[in-house]
Amino acid sequence: MRKYLLKRVFYMILTLFLVATITFFLMKLMPGTPYSNQQKMTAQQIQIMNEQYGLNKPMWMQYLIYLGGMLHGDLGVSFQFSNQPVSYLIASRIGASAQLGIQAMIFGVVLGIIIGSIAAVHRNTWIDTLCTVLSIIGKSVPNFVLAVLLQFYIALKLGWFPIADWGNFSYTVLPTIALGVGPLAETARFIRTGMVDVLNSDYIELAKAKGLSRYGIVYHHALRNSLIPLVTLIGPYTVALMTGSMVIENIFSIPGIGEQFVKSILTNDYPTIMGVTMLFSAGLVAIILITDIIYGMIDPRIRLSGSGD
Amino acid sequence: MEEKIKLSPESFEALPKAAELDNEKIAAPSLTFVQDAWRRLKMNKGALISLFVIILMMVVAFGSTPFINHDSLVKSAPQYANLPAKIPGVPINGLNGKLKVSGEWVDEYKQNNVPNNKYFVLGTDYLGHSLAQRIIYGTKISLIVALVATFFDLTLGVAYGIISGWRGGRVDNVMQRIIEVISSVPSLVIVVLMLIVLKPGMTSIIAAIAISSWTTMARMIRAETLQLKSQEYVLAARTLGESPWKIAWKHLVPNLSSIIIIQTMYTIPTAIFFEAFLSFIGIGISAPQTSLGVLLNDGQKNFQFLPYQMWYPAIVLCVLMIAFNLLGDGLRDAFDPKTRR
Repeated sequence: MRKYLLKRVFYMILTLFLVATITFFLMKLMPGTPYSNQQKMTAQQIQIMNEQYGLNKPMWMQYLIYLGGMLHGDLGVSFQFSNQPVSYLIASRIGASAQLGIQAMIFGVVLGIIIGSIAAVHRNTWIDTLCTVLSIIGKSVPNFVLAVLLQFYIALKLGWFPIADWGNFSYTVLPTIALGVGPLAETARFIRTGMVDVLNSDYIELAKAKGLSRYGIVYHHALRNSLIPLVTLIGPYTVALMTGSMVIENIFSIPGIGEQFVKSILTNDYPTIMGVTMLFSAGLVAIILITDIIYGMIDPRIRLSGSGD
Repeated sequence: MEEKIKLSPESFEALPKAAELDNEKIAAPSLTFVQDAWRRLKMNKGALISLFVIILMMVVAFGSTPFINHDSLVKSAPQYANLPAKIPGVPINGLNGKLKVSGEWVDEYKQNNVPNNKYFVLGTDYLGHSLAQRIIYGTKISLIVALVATFFDLTLGVAYGIISGWRGGRVDNVMQRIIEVISSVPSLVIVVLMLIVLKPGMTSIIAAIAISSWTTMARMIRAETLQLKSQEYVLAARTLGESPWKIAWKHLVPNLSSIIIIQTMYTIPTAIFFEAFLSFIGIGISAPQTSLGVLLNDGQKNFQFLPYQMWYPAIVLCVLMIAFNLLGDGLRDAFDPKTRR
């Protein structure tokens, strides 16, 4: 177990190192300059600016400085936001994104489990068909389309929730729904398939024969056994939420990481792009590792072994 | 009372000779793997309809190439800007050139002095471009992206998976670590990095999707190859001295075909989504080219007043995604009936 963990953590660090390296050199290949009005600047001004941001040093030295800084959490200084350190920028914005992501995950998974279970219990009835149709639609409609529609019809027309911005809980409701529908649809399909399998097994027959209530059977026997494989989906969901946050935060103008990322791409703000890229990668790698460990713990049939995959 | 029945050979009627011999014959025609899958797919109404929708969209999108090209996309007609849909002979509000302006239906065509014989089936955008033309062009872009992603899935993904699974050992280990690194960076980040290094446009979107789309396929193919490798027929082929390339092509690929087809059908909607997503946030396809994502982004800005500009591309994109998802599910059930519930 320990050997396995060490190996995984080693690969994790290797991955992050590679990502950092690739990102760094890709950034250097990027067209354009970080100064928006370079034509108007004198050579001396440019030189001073380059010195200030360390852009006059040779590439390898910039690279080493970058890696060294990253080791103690220094991600450089944003070009765009008046000299704010990237780590500060990220720290001030991660709260909103994390809250939104966690809420969307809970919303999607919990509702998905409920809908999937209902569909499985009422298999081959109109309820099942309805749930299947809904989950196909939920999977197919892009979240940014849904976000715009929700924003317009629910927030603007009906006025139930604020249209945009960030504040108390009511501000988070629509973005959460827009972000969570993808995981919801996926979870519902997944749970339904797993549960149909479990409901046909012998121990469910036994539970029925014992005279357990339908609710009891579903809750105590069927659901628990179909929940375990769901853990493996957390990784892909995280990716979906990170991706989604970029566009949802933009639509609802939420001061989060995703919105920041889009802005920094559009303004060639290299340090911020690199910082957010590293954050996303580190988050994903960590979550994949955690879910693998959890999966091994809750399902003893899956052994955490160092061999193969 | 005995009565002898006299029987002559004529009183017997010979049965057709073949009848007795055919007792053992299997009535149903024997079907190949693909025929069998096709038979099952045909029973799935949703998948069949989706297949026709996709074929129809492909025919319209690619057939439009001679009519909708760079010139017709650039040419703007400001005098026709922001006209709603008008289909002659359809008296439904919203499709007859009328637009709801502060609660009243107003005939925009009359207000803007548009000649009577001029009409736009899906209306126009803010530069007077025909929305129908742009949607068809956008659909073409989406389909091209889908085809390219499929191509990389089929070539790079399948080859990588087979080599990794077949060689095993050290090679496999290294190849799997590479995949692990690629897939632990959110593919969005790869796409974004590619887009800012190359310049935004069709090529960079395709390059970006090419880099990130094939890893799932490679993983699944590898896992399956590992299993197939130990099958007797592969062993037999090896014993007879068949070259690995030939074994891969003749024995592995046909047996992997169902996984390949199913996985491809899941790559396609993802690729289409990515393209629309990138164009929507403004780092994908840029003017004068257009795509469904660009149209959605344009439409979203005016959604409050000109809702049709967002609705039409949104509907087309959703139909496209739903069709591919349904077809994917249908193909999975058809090729792998065990998973069918």
